Amino acid sequence: MGMKKKWRKRHIIETLFKGIMFLSSSVVVFCLGYILWTIIIKGLPALSWEMISQVPQGGYYLGKEGGILNAIIGSLYLATGGTLLALLISLPIALYMETYMGTSRWGNLVRLALDVLWGIPSIVYGAFGFTIMLAIGMRASLLGGIIVLALLEIPIMVRAMDEVIRQMPKDLEQAALAIGSTKLEVALHVVIRQMLPGIVSAVLLAFGRGIGDAASVLFTAGYTDRIPTSLMSPTASLPLAIFFQLSTPFPEVQQRAYAAALVLTIIVLVISLGSRWLSSRLEKFVIK
Amino acid sequence: MSKLTSHIQIKNLDVYYGKSQALKNISIEIPRNQITVIMGPSGCGKTTLLKSMNRFLELNDQTRITGTVLVDGEDIYARDADVTEVRKTVGLLAQRPFPLPMSIYDNVAHGMHIHQMKSGRKKYDEAVEHYLKLAGLWDEVKDRLHEPAASLSIGQQQRLCLARGLAVEPEIILGDEPTSALDPISSQHIEKILLGLKNDYTIVIVSHILRQARRLADYVLFMYLGELIEAGPAHQVFEEPKMEQTRGYLSGQF
Repeated sequence: MGMKKKWRKRHIIETLFKGIMFLSSSVVVFCLGYILWTIIIKGLPALSWEMISQVPQGGYYLGKEGGILNAIIGSLYLATGGTLLALLISLPIALYMETYMGTSRWGNLVRLALDVLWGIPSIVYGAFGFTIMLAIGMRASLLGGIIVLALLEIPIMVRAMDEVIRQMPKDLEQAALAIGSTKLEVALHVVIRQMLPGIVSAVLLAFGRGIGDAASVLFTAGYTDRIPTSLMSPTASLPLAIFFQLSTPFPEVQQRAYAAALVLTIIVLVISLGSRWLSSRLEKFVIK
Repeated sequence: MSKLTSHIQIKNLDVYYGKSQALKNISIEIPRNQITVIMGPSGCGKTTLLKSMNRFLELNDQTRITGTVLVDGEDIYARDADVTEVRKTVGLLAQRPFPLPMSIYDNVAHGMHIHQMKSGRKKYDEAVEHYLKLAGLWDEVKDRLHEPAASLSIGQQQRLCLARGLAVEPEIILGDEPTSALDPISSQHIEKILLGLKNDYTIVIVSHILRQARRLADYVLFMYLGELIEAGPAHQVFEEPKMEQTRGYLSGQF
C-alpha cells in the first residue's frame, strides 16, 4: 500500500505528452504575438492621421505625401459587399440543406461541392472571375471584386452555418411544427433565431477571409489611388496596398506597408470583438 | 353537449415503420372534454398512437399509415386536409420542454402571429397574459416577459410550452409523457393544470406512470405490443380490468 506518487513509465509518458501538447498550443499564441509585435513595431511609427485620412498624392510610392484612405475605403467596400452578397446566397443554401435536404444524396453532393470550392486557392477564383469579366466586357471594378469575394466566401459561410444547423435539436423544429407552423416558417422564425450566434460567427469568418485576400481582387477589382465612386470604378484594397508598398525599394514606403497591415489587423480585430460581443448576447436565446 | 360524445374517432389504423408494424388495426373513440390516458409498457405503440392524432408520424420518412383518424368527424389524413390546421386544432405537449429560441412573450405570441389570429399590440398583450395565466406561469414571469425563454427552469419551460400550445386555440391537447422530464413538484403543477383544463379541452396523455394515470384519467386505453387491449372509463379499467394483460400490467408484472 501507499498513496504516494511513484514515477512509473505511464506517468512519465503522460508528462511528456502533456509537454508536447502544451508546446504545440503555445506555437499558436507565440505566432499571433510575434505577428502583432512585428506590425506594431514596424508600422506604428509610420501610422499617422495623414496616412489614414488621405489618398496617395503624386510620388506617394516614392515616399512623398499621402495616405492609404483609398485602400481602407476600398477594402471595406469590397469585403462588406462581398460578405453581404455571400450571406444572401449562403443562408438559403444552409436553410435548404437543413430543412429540406437533410443527408439526402443531393444534400451530400452540395456539401461535397462546397468542400471542394473551399479548397480552391483564391488566385484561381481571381483568374476565373477575370476570364468571365473579359468575356462579358467588364473592366476591373468594385462590382467585379465584390462578386469574386462573394464566391470565395460562400463555401466558408455555408459550411460554418451547416455545422451550426446540424447541432439544431430536432425536437425544437417539432415544437414549432406542433403549433401548426409550415416548414418555411420553422426555417425563418425558429431555425434562423436558434442559429443567429452561429450565423454571426460564420459571417465574421467569411468577412475576415474576404478583407484579407489579395489574389482574388488583384485582377477583378484592380487598383487605383482614388476612392471608388460607383460599382464600376476600379477599387484599391489593403492587401494590395501592403503588397505594392512592400515591393518598393524605399524603406519609408516599406514602413508604410506595415502601417497598412496594422490598419487591416485593427479592422479585423474590431469586427471580431464586436461580433463576439453580439454573438454572446444572442447566445442567451439559444435553446440547448 | 353530452359528456359521452366522442371527439376523435380512429378506425382500422395500421402504422408501419419500415417493415415493422407499430400499430395493429386500432379502432377507438376518444371522449370529448375528458382526460384519456394511454398506458402500456414501453414499445407498445402508445406514442405512435398519440402522434397519429396530430399527423406527427409523417415527419419520419419511413412511416406508412393506413386507416382513418377523424377529429370532429373530419378526416385529418384526407387529401385536402391542411396539416397546419390539423396541428393548430390538435396541440402537443412534448416529453421534454422545447421553448422556441425567443423571449417568453414571443413564445406565446408566435403561434397567434403565424396563424394571424390577432392584430394590434394590445390584443397580443392581453392574449399572452391570458394564456400564461391559464398555464399557471403568469405570476412567475410577468416582470420578465422579454427575457429569453431559455432562462426559465425546466418546469417553467414546460408550462410555457403549454401556454404556447393553448395560444393557437386548439380543441385537443395531446401530451407525450409531459411530466417525465420534470421534478415531482413541477409534475404536480402540470397535472393540476391539466385537470383544470379538461372542461374546455379534450386531453389525451401518454403515461407510463400508473399512479399518474390513476390521478388524471377519466378514460383509459391499455396497449400492448401494438394492439389496443382494453379501453373504458378509468374506474372500470382500474377496478375490474377485463383482459388478462391489463390485469398483469396493473399488478406490475411488466
